[in-house]
Amino acid sequence: MPVRLHRFHGGLRLEGHKQESLTRGIEPATLPAQLILPLRQHIGDYNEPRVKVGARVLKGEAIASSSSSISAALHAPSSGIVSAIEHRPIAHPSGQQDLCMVIDVDGEDRALPMAGADLQQLSAAEMLQRIRDAGIAGLGGAAFPSEPKLARGHGNGIDTLIINGVECEPYITCDDVLMRERAAEILHGCSYLQRLLEPRCTLIAIEDNKPEATAAMTRALDAAPLAATEIVVIPTIYPAGGEKQLIQVLTGKEVPHGQLAFDIGLLCHNVGTCVAIARALEIGEPQISRIVTVSGNNVERPGNWEVRFGTPVGHLLEQAGGYRHGEDAWLVMGGPMMGFALSGDRVPIVKASNCILAMREQTIPHAVGIHDECIRCGKCTEVCPARLLPQQLYWHARARNYDRTREFHLFDCIECGCCSAVCPSGIPLVQYYRAAKSEIRAAQKAQFKSDRARVRFEFREKRLLLKKQQDEERKRLKREALQQRRARSADQAAVPDPVQAALERVKERQKATQDEPS
Amino acid sequence: MSRVLVSSPYVAPGNSLQRLMIHVLVALLPGTLAYSWHFGPGVLVNIVLAIVFALAFEAGILALRKRPVMPQLTDFSAVVAAWLFALCLPMHSPWWLVLVGMGFAMVAGKHLYGGLGFNPFNPAMVGYVVLLISFPREMTTWYQPGALGGETLGLADSLAYSFGSADIGQWDALSSATPLDLVRTGLGQDLPLSEIRNSPLFGNWGGSGWEWIALCWGLGGIYLLATRTIRWQIPVSLLAAVLAMSLVFNLLDPEHYASPLFHLLSGAVIIGAFFIATDPVSAATTDTGRLCYGAMIGILIYVIRSWGGYPDGVAFAVLLANMCVPLIDYYTQPRVYGER
Repeated sequence: MPVRLHRFHGGLRLEGHKQESLTRGIEPATLPAQLILPLRQHIGDYNEPRVKVGARVLKGEAIASSSSSISAALHAPSSGIVSAIEHRPIAHPSGQQDLCMVIDVDGEDRALPMAGADLQQLSAAEMLQRIRDAGIAGLGGAAFPSEPKLARGHGNGIDTLIINGVECEPYITCDDVLMRERAAEILHGCSYLQRLLEPRCTLIAIEDNKPEATAAMTRALDAAPLAATEIVVIPTIYPAGGEKQLIQVLTGKEVPHGQLAFDIGLLCHNVGTCVAIARALEIGEPQISRIVTVSGNNVERPGNWEVRFGTPVGHLLEQAGGYRHGEDAWLVMGGPMMGFALSGDRVPIVKASNCILAMREQTIPHAVGIHDECIRCGKCTEVCPARLLPQQLYWHARARNYDRTREFHLFDCIECGCCSAVCPSGIPLVQYYRAAKSEIRAAQKAQFKSDRARVRFEFREKRLLLKKQQDEERKRLKREALQQRRARSADQAAVPDPVQAALERVKERQKATQDEPS
Repeated sequence: MSRVLVSSPYVAPGNSLQRLMIHVLVALLPGTLAYSWHFGPGVLVNIVLAIVFALAFEAGILALRKRPVMPQLTDFSAVVAAWLFALCLPMHSPWWLVLVGMGFAMVAGKHLYGGLGFNPFNPAMVGYVVLLISFPREMTTWYQPGALGGETLGLADSLAYSFGSADIGQWDALSSATPLDLVRTGLGQDLPLSEIRNSPLFGNWGGSGWEWIALCWGLGGIYLLATRTIRWQIPVSLLAAVLAMSLVFNLLDPEHYASPLFHLLSGAVIIGAFFIATDPVSAATTDTGRLCYGAMIGILIYVIRSWGGYPDGVAFAVLLANMCVPLIDYYTQPRVYGER
């Protein structure tokens, strides 16, 4: 039964720029001298280092993990010696540094013996544990750890499993080449997900600008059919690959505000994640590499490379022939719509790095920082997939009127960049929203802190007051006791001394006898 | 590498203010040419004068506000406002009338509010209404179209008229009321519409000459829609409102209320629907809001024409609707993704 497709609001038809990096297949990237592995590569807690500086590690050895439920362990991408655990620049929009484990690669690439398993015998819990042990995080871009997502979906009535091969951002082709070259492995991963989740049906979504990938996937599915699984070709409209938008296209449903896809019986996984899951289960390989697209108008030889995590971006760019137009390169991690500029080429490839773009600086709009005023033309409203009013949001974000930005649903913005891309005034709208969001979050944090401080202060005040009251009470009691004692002694003073009284009585008697006439 | 890291997207914008404004100017050409064909080149003199004054005022006030001058002059927003303003004036107007109107539009209507993007009212309409109220005689001296056998003033005469170097009285014979004026005064004298319409000033459906100009504005409007410079909501709801109002009253009493076609093709309804009400800065921005905004203008135009103090009401209707925009936008927010 063909799936009836729906439309999401707005979106853009962008120039694909996909061909540039599709001239060759996936190439293995060479090993760098040093691998730099940020201890936190995903939403969730930091991984704790499990090896010490100076330790010799083998490829595939677990080097950092966390007991937190939302986390993905880290494995040595190659063999070598841990030379440092220190702060290094990482791929982050703020250009900040973060704690990284540095491995000096010995070049031997010796692997820890991997243990495959008899998959037929594995229980669901064992499968989940293997996925967790392999440190698998989603390869679509957000790098959300896969195991907690699957564990939640397991046995909870998932209606539709969605395999995301949409890849809607321009330039990026890592999922495209993966589908062309490793379709069978994707379907293996898909079959394990089906075993875990028992969905009613599975939809594999691919944009219609990838006919080769669709053909390869169809061939693989014909060769090894999966139950109730269908390949769905969807129109190429950015951002159709966004989870919420893809769900809308495939099912017509919207993920209700404040809920997850899971809550309406849906679960999405990227095609790359499927391959990682298949490898983890079949040959026990942990997640230590990914396919990365290198493209852009300032790179000599665009293409796709299978890159070990921790490889510095500069090392990868060397293999792509370096910069075509000299050093004025503007490096972006991710696609041109939602990626972020890198502070330099020493930052490492991480689980979320699907693409490295080297762009000529003069082709980067907004780099000058001047823009025209908003004329309220509403083009942004037309293209917003979240159906927001971007120009109203901009107005309030610019005025730092954050209460109003929340009234206009700032936090429903998915930062897809459509509004900025169509703005005739060239306003970097998303930048304003990101700034507003982070300021609101910072204010909330500060509010939280000050609330806690206030509670503590009030508690201390109360405690001091109580202590004071208790002290006073104690003093009062003491005082009263003292007074009582004093009063008692005064009474005792009033009561005549028996000896004295006896003496006086004797005296009086003597006197009386003297006075008595004899 | 040390540079300011701007955030994504990193794609070249597919649009610019300048391009939007150029689309509007292109769309104004057929109507403007038709205007000058029917009424002589006086309107072109007005347009040129208005553009010169507008740019001068804008440059001056930008300099006073210590803002970069060239980027704003070359976005052509002032040119568009001046052009629309000039089209509202009688075809022959003294230069100082244009100067006063443009000065008020640019200084009070636009820059005192903060310049492009911040003006709550349509600047061209602000300038026009100020003149309409302050200089009623100059603002109601219209001339007849050339098609009526009389002549229209040539370029030299138009210039002489504008700069006051000619005896204006010599052209009194050519001056005439507009069709809307005629309807208004006729109805005021209790004449039935069928009799008023016998005047040679009327054409097939609206005013002679005017109806063709209006159709040319419509052509420009279609160009604006096709290039997605404007969206359909405002023009459609505005025209629909005028049509509905005039149809209802025309059916009730055809001798007192003119036909829908006459209303659509006379005065400034078409140019108002496509060019004036769609000024994005002062219009509503949500889809539903734009429908309300357009309908409100359409209804007000009909009300002012039929029962108000002026023969045409587009400018007043637009300004009144401008006032309601913040309210309209607030109450017509679309349902956000995932919201129930």
